[in-house]
Amino acid sequence: MWDWSRAFDALPLLLKGFGNTLIATVGGTLIAVVLGLVIAILLRVLPRWINWLLKLAVAFVRNTPLVVQLLFIYFLFAKHPVLAGIPSLTLGLIIIGVHYSTYMSESYRAGIDSVPKGQWEAISALSLPPARAFRSIVLPQALRATVPSLGNYAVAMFKDTPFLFAIGVVELVTSAQQYGGRHFAYTEAFTLAGLIFLAASYPTSLLIRRLEKSLARY
Amino acid sequence: MPGTDETPQSRADGAAAAQPAIEFIDVEKRFGDNVVLQDLNFSVAPGERVTLIGPSGSGKTTILRLIMTLESLTDGYICVHGRPLTHEKRGDRRVALPKKQVRSNTKRIGMVFQHFNLFPNMTVAENIIEAPIHVLGMSRADALEKARALLKRVGLADKENEHPTKLSGGQQQRVAIARALAMDPEVLLLDEVTSALDPELVDDVLGALREIAETTDITMLIVTHEMQFARDVSQRVMMFSDGQIIEDGPPDEIFTRPQHERTAKFLSAVLEH
Repeated sequence: MWDWSRAFDALPLLLKGFGNTLIATVGGTLIAVVLGLVIAILLRVLPRWINWLLKLAVAFVRNTPLVVQLLFIYFLFAKHPVLAGIPSLTLGLIIIGVHYSTYMSESYRAGIDSVPKGQWEAISALSLPPARAFRSIVLPQALRATVPSLGNYAVAMFKDTPFLFAIGVVELVTSAQQYGGRHFAYTEAFTLAGLIFLAASYPTSLLIRRLEKSLARY
Repeated sequence: MPGTDETPQSRADGAAAAQPAIEFIDVEKRFGDNVVLQDLNFSVAPGERVTLIGPSGSGKTTILRLIMTLESLTDGYICVHGRPLTHEKRGDRRVALPKKQVRSNTKRIGMVFQHFNLFPNMTVAENIIEAPIHVLGMSRADALEKARALLKRVGLADKENEHPTKLSGGQQQRVAIARALAMDPEVLLLDEVTSALDPELVDDVLGALREIAETTDITMLIVTHEMQFARDVSQRVMMFSDGQIIEDGPPDEIFTRPQHERTAKFLSAVLEH
């Protein structure tokens, strides 16, 4: 039933696939964390009608499946002379990052809304410039409420990376699929894939919890 | 416009001498259908310390919040040292000033709140130096030196590196006073600064404010229920009822010989406990 030699044989290929999973997750998270904040800020400061357009775009991205977005952009770009040259992994991590930024923007918004009214009044009473006050007072307090859900989204993104298979990125699950098919060793390949996922996401969630604690210091 | 024949600019253009520190001209404030202040006119001289008294809901706090621009007035004008604060009169039109200008106008107005509103993510010192550095353009070293002097003055020299949440309410309020003073305010607004404190902490805060009143010439508008403090510190008391000033005079007169029945009733209710 379980063949250790198959398992050892499969490991290098799986780890190579896992490399792509990691790149997509880390790259996607960076994009989502930054872009999510940018969207949350823009939604507060933009004039009404542009705001409305941005809200529509965000709703569109949130309400269509990631796989559809991946395939749509992939095939749209495939016909373009320059854009077709973008490596699938790069394209994939950008799309997954933008996808999750729409969720993260909502977490940021909730975090910013959680800053008590008295803080905004103190900011006005001191005549602090809005940009400075946002950076030094509002954002640090908003992050306390935001970080836990940003972490959850990062982990969710990690587990969504197998969708990149759709545009030809060979990440961990696809490697397992390929190895399993080639050697008829699905049990070994997918067991290992599952363990690798677990070995990565468990320490990550511990790390997020520590980050939450350090933010909740005061 | 009843009650005034001058416009805000004519005052702004006039001689700098004897400009009131604060002037309300036909001020109206309504929240929806609820009119809180109507046709309100009064002025406060530079260096004058005025206590606003009156039942809750009479609009005292709203007046402070209007001066701090935390609320926007729905009609009329407020001038600070002769300069229009949020709106000015151009011809027959009442024009809102640009946000940036309003922010610049409020630089020298400070406010201390009932609930302190210190920034919990910053230390005591950081709370105090934030605005001097980023609004007045002071160097960090200068701002810190000033913060230390102010902390000493309010009796908290050893708390510089604490976070506000580690302090008692009275200590937090004294930090908030130091934070407001760090901006060298010309006008200081004190909004029920002892109402959220345990009784045994009130004296430290009032003591700090008494010292400031005695040693500076900052114009102060004070909303408080501490009548003894009002009597000691202010030169003038205004009694509000339903958004109108019903009595205005020196504290000794108002507290001992109130002219208005409403005032007498209010005072006896407050002084009872």
